[in-house]
Amino acid sequence: MSRLEILRFALRGLAANKLRSFLTTLGILIGVAAVILLVAFGEGASQSIQKSIQRLGANTLTVSASFGGGGFGGPAAGGSRQGNGPRTQARQLTLEDAKALADPEQVPSAKSVSPVVSTGSATAVRDGASHTISQLVGTYPSYFEATNKPVETGSYFVNDDVLAARKVMVVGKTVATELFGTANPVGEQVSLSGVPFTVIGVLKESGSSGLGSQDADDVAIVPLPAVQQSLTGFGALSSIVVQATGTDTTTSAQNEVTAVLNQRHGITPTGSADYRILNQATLQETVSSTVGIFTGLLGAVAAISLLVGGIGITNIMLVTVTERTREIGIRKAIGAPRGAILGQFLLEATVLSLLGGLTGVLIAFVGTRFTVAGIEPVLVPSSIALALGVSVGIGLFFGGYPANRAAKLRPIEALRHE
Amino acid sequence: MTAPVLSLTDITKVYGRGDAQVRALRGVSLTVERGDYVAVMGASGSGKSTLMNILGCLDIPSSGRYLIDGVDVGTLDERRLAILRNRKIGFVFQSFNLIPRMSALANVELPMAYGGVSATERRTRALAALEQVGLSDRVRHEPNELSGGQQQRVAVARALVTSPALLLADEPTGNLDTKATGDVLEILDGLSEAGRTIVLITHEDDVAAHAKRVIRLVDGLVVDDHRQAPVDGPPPRSATRTQPVPGGAS
Repeated sequence: MSRLEILRFALRGLAANKLRSFLTTLGILIGVAAVILLVAFGEGASQSIQKSIQRLGANTLTVSASFGGGGFGGPAAGGSRQGNGPRTQARQLTLEDAKALADPEQVPSAKSVSPVVSTGSATAVRDGASHTISQLVGTYPSYFEATNKPVETGSYFVNDDVLAARKVMVVGKTVATELFGTANPVGEQVSLSGVPFTVIGVLKESGSSGLGSQDADDVAIVPLPAVQQSLTGFGALSSIVVQATGTDTTTSAQNEVTAVLNQRHGITPTGSADYRILNQATLQETVSSTVGIFTGLLGAVAAISLLVGGIGITNIMLVTVTERTREIGIRKAIGAPRGAILGQFLLEATVLSLLGGLTGVLIAFVGTRFTVAGIEPVLVPSSIALALGVSVGIGLFFGGYPANRAAKLRPIEALRHE
Repeated sequence: MTAPVLSLTDITKVYGRGDAQVRALRGVSLTVERGDYVAVMGASGSGKSTLMNILGCLDIPSSGRYLIDGVDVGTLDERRLAILRNRKIGFVFQSFNLIPRMSALANVELPMAYGGVSATERRTRALAALEQVGLSDRVRHEPNELSGGQQQRVAVARALVTSPALLLADEPTGNLDTKATGDVLEILDGLSEAGRTIVLITHEDDVAAHAKRVIRLVDGLVVDDHRQAPVDGPPPRSATRTQPVPGGAS
């Protein structure tokens, strides 16, 4: 007896009770579709969060001074120290620190080092129009690449501009719109706290950063000496942005930076540091692991519904076997071998679950075309394979018991069954 | 010399244990030659259904030796038993036992499907068998669209389509009216005439009158073995088929 023949018997058996077959299929269908859809939404959410983190700059470490719980600004007066370690003197970050970090001998994992001076706000005036820029950054050209801020029109400033302390600036989209409207700001003059700066570029719109309420486009970037000369004075740095050579070197870069700064700031291994390092990769890892937990939870809920669907199949197959005991008896009496009966019922269960699984995948495909609550779902191929595999496995596993029971029936007992 | 189709030696069958023990067969010995037409008679509880189930390899005797076509059934495993049921035995049940929601043709094809016969040959043989029982115009009908007599004729077609060595009929006319009973018995007579070996179980004398040999069972023992016609001749009623009084009418 050929396999095709057994399949035909199985299909005929399913067709004999269409409503029941449909309802059983529905259980598996919902389970499979739920698994794929929920995982896709989880993945979509995770990717969109990662994207907004990446907008902040890839593979970067941000070193900033830390004084107990205080902010930066004032000198390290003894009173503002709250550290409990044997810290001798809390020092601020200096340009020398940045230069030390730029030494490829000591920090081989760093691709670029950008010292940053930023002021909370600066008022920009142009032809009577005025706008308070929420973040004014004085830095080196490498900052643009490290923090992932591409220029849309115009150009970046270059090292010469830094050396010559030229009064040039690259502005964010918000600043450009506020001051110039739709006009092209490149080449125009803007006065910052009375000092004239020439706009040489406009940054590409980064959109809301997704983290924090600050507008990431309300920014102006100028050469470091220029902002020090005219606005902040030659004091401490606000932070140092270190870009690692690659994703896999951020951790070693962090270790190297820590070593250099510990040495320069005279911090003993037991002492608490007077700076902190924000590792973009660590942040990303933390966030994605959090999102991963949620995706896992969603998947688990969906997996339970898949399991319930599987139990539905067992239930239906048990009922079917009981209901068709007599038929099994007849088949055995006319010479059906055990394998044929087993095969028929196993195939019925498998076809049910496979049908449900495939329809579920189809529905999931359609479902992931829609954006729900701003999350664009991303199909995860492995979740499709897993859901389908599990649904077929469920068919074989949960169908196996009833099928085996059917095949083991003695013909005389099966025939007597009413 | 050919082996007898059936050879039973001291077959017993005991159901249950202890106080609830029932001895359905107490030692039946029986030999059925090729081409014979045997009617097994007995009141209910005489053990004739048990005997039938053992003959059809649906049940296993408690003791005794049973050969079909010279093959000792007791030594066969389940898989070989299934093959044996498929190739050597054709069943006709009292309650027809057709598979519901399958056409008459599909029902008749079923044993050949399990026997591994190719689809085209199956179709040809099934149609021929249905024609033999006079149901060529009902091949597409499902059992619930057929009358009792028609269903039983489909069952006969299913039983003989594999050309089995033995045709077993368990009260084949028990659920049928006079007319349908006549039809079915006529078919069985025809098969016997064609040389088919038939064992039929009944409690009706009119049905038993069609057989060449009548065996009576009482309380699990053969009490009477009576030959009505020679093994190699036609069945007794077959010759009278042309007469106006149909067999089985009371």
